[in-house]
Amino acid sequence: MVNLGFSIGKLHFKNPVLTASGTFGYGSEFDDFIDISRLGGIVVKGTTLEPREGNPYPRMAETPSGMLNSVGLQNKGIDYFEKQIYPRVTQYNTNIIVNVSGSYIEDYIALAERMNKLEKIPGIELNISCPNVKMGGMAFGTNTDSAREVIKAVRAVYSKILIVKLSPNVTNIVEFARIAEEEGADSVSLINTLLGMAIDTRTMKPSLSTITGGLSGPAVKPVALRMVWQVAKAVKIPVIGIGGIMTSSDAIEFFLAGATAIQVGTASFIDPQISVKILEGIENYLVTKGFSDIQDMVGYINKS
Amino acid sequence: MQMAKRIEDLKVVDNKRINNDVFILELSGNNYFPELKPGQFVQARIDGSPGTFLRRPLSIHDVDYSGNKIKLLVQIAGKGTETLSGLNKGDTLNIIYPLGNSFTLPRPDDHVLIVGGGCGAAPLLFLGKYLKSNGYSPDILLGFRNSERIIGYEEYSEIGRVFLTTEDGSRGEKGFVTDHSVLAGTGYNHIYCCGPDAMMKAVAKYCLKRGITCEVSLENLMACGIGACLCCVVDTVKGNLCTCIDGPVFNITDLKW
Repeated sequence: MVNLGFSIGKLHFKNPVLTASGTFGYGSEFDDFIDISRLGGIVVKGTTLEPREGNPYPRMAETPSGMLNSVGLQNKGIDYFEKQIYPRVTQYNTNIIVNVSGSYIEDYIALAERMNKLEKIPGIELNISCPNVKMGGMAFGTNTDSAREVIKAVRAVYSKILIVKLSPNVTNIVEFARIAEEEGADSVSLINTLLGMAIDTRTMKPSLSTITGGLSGPAVKPVALRMVWQVAKAVKIPVIGIGGIMTSSDAIEFFLAGATAIQVGTASFIDPQISVKILEGIENYLVTKGFSDIQDMVGYINKS
Repeated sequence: MQMAKRIEDLKVVDNKRINNDVFILELSGNNYFPELKPGQFVQARIDGSPGTFLRRPLSIHDVDYSGNKIKLLVQIAGKGTETLSGLNKGDTLNIIYPLGNSFTLPRPDDHVLIVGGGCGAAPLLFLGKYLKSNGYSPDILLGFRNSERIIGYEEYSEIGRVFLTTEDGSRGEKGFVTDHSVLAGTGYNHIYCCGPDAMMKAVAKYCLKRGITCEVSLENLMACGIGACLCCVVDTVKGNLCTCIDGPVFNITDLKW
């Protein structure tokens, strides 16, 4: 038997495979394909105070080994979440983390206060890195002062597990991870999507209605891995690795680089069963390599 | 109640070229197919094409429950569909299905017309057969660029009366489907339409003016096909809806056309 469990603060996860916000809906979309309770956790779709319609179509473009999206945080808002989603999503026997986003610091505070009262939501992922909304999101996560301000404000009102999702669209992501740690975050997750664009040469127009969007998929994996390695060396809080993980081997690279857990994102669009397959692959790898605890593998490349 | 979705490898039993850029894939199931409805689609994984990352949504063109086979009519639109066109008998194709909603049945006395343009007509053969098996006698109006592009005329003729238009007049009436004389009358109560956007919008306009019920099947770009990514949205009177789970079939009164 290998131990796959780990903890962030006082919150225990049965295994380190989570699903990334915005790629897994509210879980029920995947019920026909996998037993969601097998996962270490799911991070549900970015939730905002007010309902958001998101950006106009087209908001997706396929690119070499990846895709761009500019969904723009479409969601029905916190009221709808509490009434309709919360009772359903908390039926799964796994940790339900809610990704929260806002346009103003007051939005983040109000959301965090509401989330703090939801008994069965043990943690939130603070989204200060969405590249697809004009105000907020990435505007907070690419400026050290505003990042510190929003993390501090949320920490003051949120007593449970606070994960800060970092933007890769900065010169030095380590600075932002350190700020999150200094301000009391329990964990950082990285990376959110990389800002990119594509142009349709047939129509001679941008492929996305918003011109730019967030790049995800295997195309971003080497960048994500490098950032996770840098951040994991610089902070003591657990690092959750995200970015182009398509296979268990991809996931293992993140652990070896220093990630305590990983999130599977875009891969679920191509194979709705991939999160569970990755979990099984990690377990097999540990057995083959003779590890009894996955945490012994975390940051292995720095050990020798 | 939505049928449970499956992910399966189906066997290619035939791949028939219809013209330069349209082909029909015939696939055989390992298990019996669940009930499939006209308008529904599959998400096909594209193997062996490094530049293709996402699955491709493809309409179900025809279903043979007793032979355990389905057909997909595909137009080559890029590298993904071009790779699919190279599939051979015996190859497998991984699909997620059945996806999406379906066309609704007309009222019992409705006079029904099916309108298809180019290979946008992919889901309409299945619809026509379904309507016929439910006791309706739909007319079919098909529009193509020219006589060489005509797809499925013989099969549609077994369902009902078929009217044709070609843009160059090489067969049927000259012009677009909305120019056809059969639409000059006012007899239809329910029109189903699938094809290029401009054609569907013209048909929708015709129906709105006359108060005719009209359902269209949209082909928005998709990533997941199961309502998780929110990429394939269409702007409706109910807000942004996903083409993959709230559609692909929409009543035109819900669309902002």
